[in-house]
Amino acid sequence: MGLAKRIIPCLDVENGRVVKGVNFVDIRDAGDPVEIARRYNEQGADEITFLDITASHEGRDTTVHTVEKIAEQVFIPLTVGGGIRAVEDIRTMLNAGADKVAINTAAIHTPELVREAAQRFGSQCIVVAIDAKRVDDVDGAPRWEIFTHGGRKPTGIDAVAWAKKMADFGAGEILLTSMDRDGTKNGFELGVTRAVTDAVEIPVIASGGVGTLDHLVDGVLLGGADAVLAASIFHFGEFTVPEAKAYMSARGIEVRL
Amino acid sequence: MGGIVAVIDYGMGNLHSVASALQHVGADKVLVTHDAELIRTADHVVFPGVGAIRDCMAEIRRLKCDELLLDVLTEQHKPVLAICVGMQALMSHSQENGGVDCLDIIPGEVRFFGNPLLDAEGGRLKVPHMGWNQVHQVSAHPLWSGIEDNSRFYFVHSYYVDAVDRKLLAGSVQYGVSADAALARDNLFAVQFHPEKSHTAGLQLLRNFISWNGQC
Repeated sequence: MGLAKRIIPCLDVENGRVVKGVNFVDIRDAGDPVEIARRYNEQGADEITFLDITASHEGRDTTVHTVEKIAEQVFIPLTVGGGIRAVEDIRTMLNAGADKVAINTAAIHTPELVREAAQRFGSQCIVVAIDAKRVDDVDGAPRWEIFTHGGRKPTGIDAVAWAKKMADFGAGEILLTSMDRDGTKNGFELGVTRAVTDAVEIPVIASGGVGTLDHLVDGVLLGGADAVLAASIFHFGEFTVPEAKAYMSARGIEVRL
Repeated sequence: MGGIVAVIDYGMGNLHSVASALQHVGADKVLVTHDAELIRTADHVVFPGVGAIRDCMAEIRRLKCDELLLDVLTEQHKPVLAICVGMQALMSHSQENGGVDCLDIIPGEVRFFGNPLLDAEGGRLKVPHMGWNQVHQVSAHPLWSGIEDNSRFYFVHSYYVDAVDRKLLAGSVQYGVSADAALARDNLFAVQFHPEKSHTAGLQLLRNFISWNGQC
């Protein structure tokens, strides 16, 4: 017995509503984030991740307010990501009640932000989010590269090397999303999950592509992930968190029941 | 039950979750402050902590929260709950940040989990120790009331407490090593995990705390 593998429902939030797209487009409304977060808390989710995909400044204020409302009612860890660009943004989200913040694009533009944030707020609250896409080498060897702007912009950065660098800079956790799989329900990209998990000493959350409970099991047993994140299978009532945990437990994975 | 709970705020991070969890379990009033006069009016005191130990200790000393804590514990005999880095700050010394002297209220060392850290079968364990792990209730205590032995609590830390006096151990957690998850001495209870983030079991512990009279 020991540390449980975590199940993390993810809320993609735009202008105060939970949405979920396929491959980051084709967005579908899934409801009020506070209501949904409370439901997952009651179901026994191990954490909640809140990704703000709002572009406007007015929307950002809504996000802070929503995070405050969730934090008042949800007594499990809450990670907030999306639009975190500076130490001030991190402070704002932590003060609103987030336990961790996920830094994505800003880490690519300014890696020092991760180091500074980890020193200031502690590694435990700094998650580096990585959006990876498969870009095989000419000889066909699998390789994954980091993309920004919702998967449209390549950076030329190798995802595995980047994860190691971010861990060295003080990140406490990696949130690894496969852009090829996100929203497809075809399962995690296990190659990159395994490569990153093996490369770093810090916990890795697998994300992108969950469509069945077997995908969650594979993320842990084959990908080596410490936590598995999913959105639509929970939002649209296909499975509940207890169903997912019972399924994983029956396959020998230690979970918090 | 209920009453006034003071959460000692020495400026290191977000204390909203502690405050809202205390409110949720029935505290009449939660004061988040380092004002000694206000804290004197409280029935229960929470000593939290987030972040790196060097900065925490510097702020604790600068704001005289060290003297305040001793006064609350040994003069006023209020029930005190220390959480996470708050627990680590009570010890003699921490290995974090190249070595930092702490409050020495409970003799002991705060040690790094180690790299690589291995489980009993030789498997690699990630550091920080992050997530839900089982706490074995080593000794009976009013704060364990209504919580099953080996319940899971949420941990997030890279350094763990190793108290000298093993009679103080109230709860232990296994993660490559056997770490002190909870220590109890008189009117003081200290936990490495985050009860405010530990859902049902954590809220029960906080409920027990605000109805605790400080006796064992």
